[in-house]
Amino acid sequence: MQRFLKSIQLRELLRPLGQMIAFSLGSSAVLSLIIIILALILDQTAVGASTMARFKVSLFSYTIVNLPQVLIDGLTLGFVYAAIALGYTMVYGVLEFINFAHSEIFAIGAFVGVEILIALKGREILSTEMSVGNAYWWLILALLAGMAAAGLAAVVVERLAYRPLRGAPRLVPLISAIGVSFFLQDAIRLIESITTGQFHRIIPTFGNFDQRLTFGSMPLGAGSISLGVQIKSLIVIIAAVVMLIGLNYLVNATKVGKAIRAVAQDRATASLMGIDVNHIIALTFLIGGMLGGAAGVLYALKFTRIDPFVGFFPGLKAFTAAVLGGIGNLTGALLGGIVLGLLETFAGTFMSIFTMGAAGAEYKDIFAFSILILVLIFRPHGLMGENVGQKA
Amino acid sequence: MGKRILELDNVHSYYGHIHALKGISLYVEEGEIVTMIGANGAGKSTTLRTISGLLHPREGTVKLEGEDITHTDPHLIVYKGVGHVPEGRGIFPKLTVRENLEMGAFTITDPNKIQQRLEWVFELFPRLKERLDQYGGTLSGGEQQMLAIGRGLMQHPRILMLDEPSMGLAPVLVELIFDIIQKLNKEGVTILLVEQNAHMALSIAHRGYVLQTGNIVLTDSAEKLKKNEMVQKTYLGIE
Ligand SMILES: Nc1ncnc2c1ncn2[C@@H]1O[C@H](COP(=O)(O)OP(=O)(O)OP(=O)(O)O)[C@@H](O)[C@H]1O
Ligand SMILES: [Mg+2]
Repeated sequence: MQRFLKSIQLRELLRPLGQMIAFSLGSSAVLSLIIIILALILDQTAVGASTMARFKVSLFSYTIVNLPQVLIDGLTLGFVYAAIALGYTMVYGVLEFINFAHSEIFAIGAFVGVEILIALKGREILSTEMSVGNAYWWLILALLAGMAAAGLAAVVVERLAYRPLRGAPRLVPLISAIGVSFFLQDAIRLIESITTGQFHRIIPTFGNFDQRLTFGSMPLGAGSISLGVQIKSLIVIIAAVVMLIGLNYLVNATKVGKAIRAVAQDRATASLMGIDVNHIIALTFLIGGMLGGAAGVLYALKFTRIDPFVGFFPGLKAFTAAVLGGIGNLTGALLGGIVLGLLETFAGTFMSIFTMGAAGAEYKDIFAFSILILVLIFRPHGLMGENVGQKA
Repeated sequence: MGKRILELDNVHSYYGHIHALKGISLYVEEGEIVTMIGANGAGKSTTLRTISGLLHPREGTVKLEGEDITHTDPHLIVYKGVGHVPEGRGIFPKLTVRENLEMGAFTITDPNKIQQRLEWVFELFPRLKERLDQYGGTLSGGEQQMLAIGRGLMQHPRILMLDEPSMGLAPVLVELIFDIIQKLNKEGVTILLVEQNAHMALSIAHRGYVLQTGNIVLTDSAEKLKKNEMVQKTYLGIE
């Protein structure tokens, strides 16, 4: 019996890992195939000729050579989106309500993490020469602080702005969420302006996070392009994977996770089991907020610059990812995040060349939001179905 | 017998503007089986919901062993030993049978105790054991009813409220359920039973209440209720 239990628990750790690998490989394969076919077709047209003129290679080889890097970058972004999307989807699963303030919870996490690192840098604790081990400890500290602050903020928002509206028509808490979102943006701006005099913040460089591990290079025309991954991208992926597995385990294999699912499915009956529904809802916000906060710090690490509105686009895209996967469905959020991250990076890399410069990388967001609209019209329950409260 | 474990005094409950309970007063003594009978919409389920805290009355009091629980949250009332198997079963559709049963034991922390109860429930309803890893929502109606009752038993409350436990069950299973209720009662569990099947209910109950449109119109020992002309005519189908 004991052994049996242990094997079940292990399964709950391995299953999400397997899912992540399957989703990553699957989405990568599908998108790569599409882009390769597209390249082969366009090679016969003026696009192919112009690529040949510019890079001295066919569009097909250009695509193949760039593909590995695009996949790595896309997955990094995808895991960030997945971590944010889980916050939307968990809250939706339990309350059937879209927490539009989640993007600002993300921003709070980012700011707290970054401010701590800036303060440490100011005291000359952080530097590029410091030992790698120490750099990681400080980064983890910043990550945990960002998570704690964001989780706490999410709980407070729920308590003050959503709970009093619990019995109200569905639109009411939604409007409240949008209000909270604006409020938090301006609150961050105000606090940052008062305390630092500016509200654009840049994460300090320290440790070896900006270094790039290269695994070789691919010939491209006369020159070559190097293949590699920045250490910080690896950190983002690893941190996100660990969190996603942890969340999965919590929701599927623990008593409190079952209580969360029970509340999501039937609040009144859950309370008849002795489950404190308010407590579980607050916990859901705490977990979602912590994931969002961690994603904020990771995002800052990867993209370096943040401002009070930093949450807006990642938030909207993560929301799209959640809808794409099937809002309320944890596995779906993971899949949606990965697909969206990849898609955005594909668009950012290839759009300009595929359109001969007519539509550059700055239009890449068209894809994310076209997907949102298409999913809402043709498959409103998303890829994995809107399984509120279901086992992830 | 003797100690009043549950007592409602002049309870008025509302759904919005609908005045569902219009001054219900009743009591249940420790060790009793008390049944509530009444037509559809009389307020039987509402009375149970008011006791378990899902609904708070606008007027009147609910007392558990003398303690006022009128405005206590439902989960706290569960911890005080009140179990409620709701009408319409309330199975968690996307939890497995096992997980549903585990939720029934949410208040219990000792894993050995949970395991014991689980085995006891399987003994009573072997069907559930065969369906352990199936989602609750995919069970047949009768199986869901077994699961709902089994889940109520997992908690092993001191006072168990059952809302139409025989609904949707084959006659053999109805017999089984009523046997289980009696057995539980002999083990010391106090029972408050709402039933459409007034005949069965009155045959195992000690006392009964008759509800009509939010009021208690009659209360007596089960024996006497069975012989009451109005009860015979309206609820037992005897002309
Ligand atoms: N959620 C609700 N909203 C509005 N009215 C309700 C609600 N639930 C019950 N009622 C009304 O309250 C009254 C009492 O309902 P209740 O469910 O207690 O009846 P009941 O005696 O259990 O009937 P049944 O035997 O059909 O289960 C009914 O008139 C019903 O229409
Ligand atoms: Mg009823």
